[in-house]
Amino acid sequence: MSIRHGLLALLERGQMYGYQLRAAFEESTGSTWPLNIGQVYTTLSRLERDGLVRPLPESEAGQRPYEITDAGRADLALWFATPISRTDRPRDELAIKLALALTTPGVDVRSVVQAQRSATMRALQELTRLKYGSNRPEDLPWRLVLDSMVFQAEAEVRWLDHCETSLVRHQPSGPAPPPPRPDDADARDAARWAGEEARR
Amino acid sequence: MSGSDDAVLELRAVHRTHGAGPAAVHALRGVSLVVRPGELVAVMGPSGSGKSTLLALAGGLDRPTGGEVRVEGQPLGALDRRGLAQLRRRRIGYIFQQLNLLGSLSALENVALPLELDGTSGRRARALAVAALTEVGLPALGDRFPDQLSGGQQQRVAIARALVGERRLVLADEPTGALDSQTGEAVLHLLRRRIDAGAAGVLVTHEARHAGWADRVVFLRDGVLVDTTAPLGSVEQLLSGSER
Repeated sequence: MSIRHGLLALLERGQMYGYQLRAAFEESTGSTWPLNIGQVYTTLSRLERDGLVRPLPESEAGQRPYEITDAGRADLALWFATPISRTDRPRDELAIKLALALTTPGVDVRSVVQAQRSATMRALQELTRLKYGSNRPEDLPWRLVLDSMVFQAEAEVRWLDHCETSLVRHQPSGPAPPPPRPDDADARDAARWAGEEARR
Repeated sequence: MSGSDDAVLELRAVHRTHGAGPAAVHALRGVSLVVRPGELVAVMGPSGSGKSTLLALAGGLDRPTGGEVRVEGQPLGALDRRGLAQLRRRRIGYIFQQLNLLGSLSALENVALPLELDGTSGRRARALAVAALTEVGLPALGDRFPDQLSGGQQQRVAIARALVGERRLVLADEPTGALDSQTGEAVLHLLRRRIDAGAAGVLVTHEARHAGWADRVVFLRDGVLVDTTAPLGSVEQLLSGSER
């Protein structure tokens, strides 16, 4: 996540000082990416060094607001206009882990897949719950951020499903457990009963 | 998992085998599941893992070949066909991908039908149907026929029919079907709201995004329940934990 461009976008709304920027950043991303105030000031000083923001005189309360420069606006416009490259993102640890699990002796890959699927599914539940709780019009930016995370989690679950299917095809597990013995009504009667029900 | 007095749905070591001998198909092998009021459980798993069988057994549309299914404490195996049909009409709402709306009846009549079949007076059935259509956001479209409604509206009517009256168990099988993502989400929103109001629900889906609406997700593989996610905490807990 580019904190640099996040701060520039916030300053495009008007001048702000460090704590205001932190609060506005967290508000617009629904606290999904918490910032500490040190990160804000470090980023501001780099932006100032690069001529993208400039400091204004301190207020009576001792707060120093910043404003965006023309160069900053141009940089921000370029950021919005340029798609994010997938190769800019960190390596996918999960894909690497599964690939290694397949070639490492003694690792039950299907268990690795299922453990990850449960964890990702659980994260997806949490994201959905957060989304369900944010219905106000002013929650829209946060909802979109949550949606992005929801779709990424969904994609991961789908990929894990795909991995499992491939594993079953290429590495069939051991023999299935013996079939359990029905302990009540004759299965054929039950099937006939179900058929009659379905026709009703 | 032990039984529970307040369980709306309980499956105890349920087996379902189709056919017999070497050709027998074991759709479910010893599945146990408890669903309480206010709880939505999603069932996920690959095709053929037993998801739909589980739902049919939970709704009394099929009988297990072993184990027991209870709805609001009532063992379904102890009911004759008439008793089972009555329980299904009164206590269980079904939402399927195939909507099964009757084309010759208006939306309102479709929703009121299960109540009238159950002997509720026409006037009262109508009032409850209006309430259910209002709940799904279609208070003004009761007089329209299914072919005068969009796909999303038809699905809402089907949901109103599933929720009408005092059904405490809602069973949904891929309920968003071919709906676009926004409309599909609205359908799940409705389901969630009814669950939050005290019903219990089981949602069968292969879409992780839809299962995300559940309180718990259980995974089936080859007829066996292989895993389940831990129940969710409150929104406040989630928010305080969002710094992970």
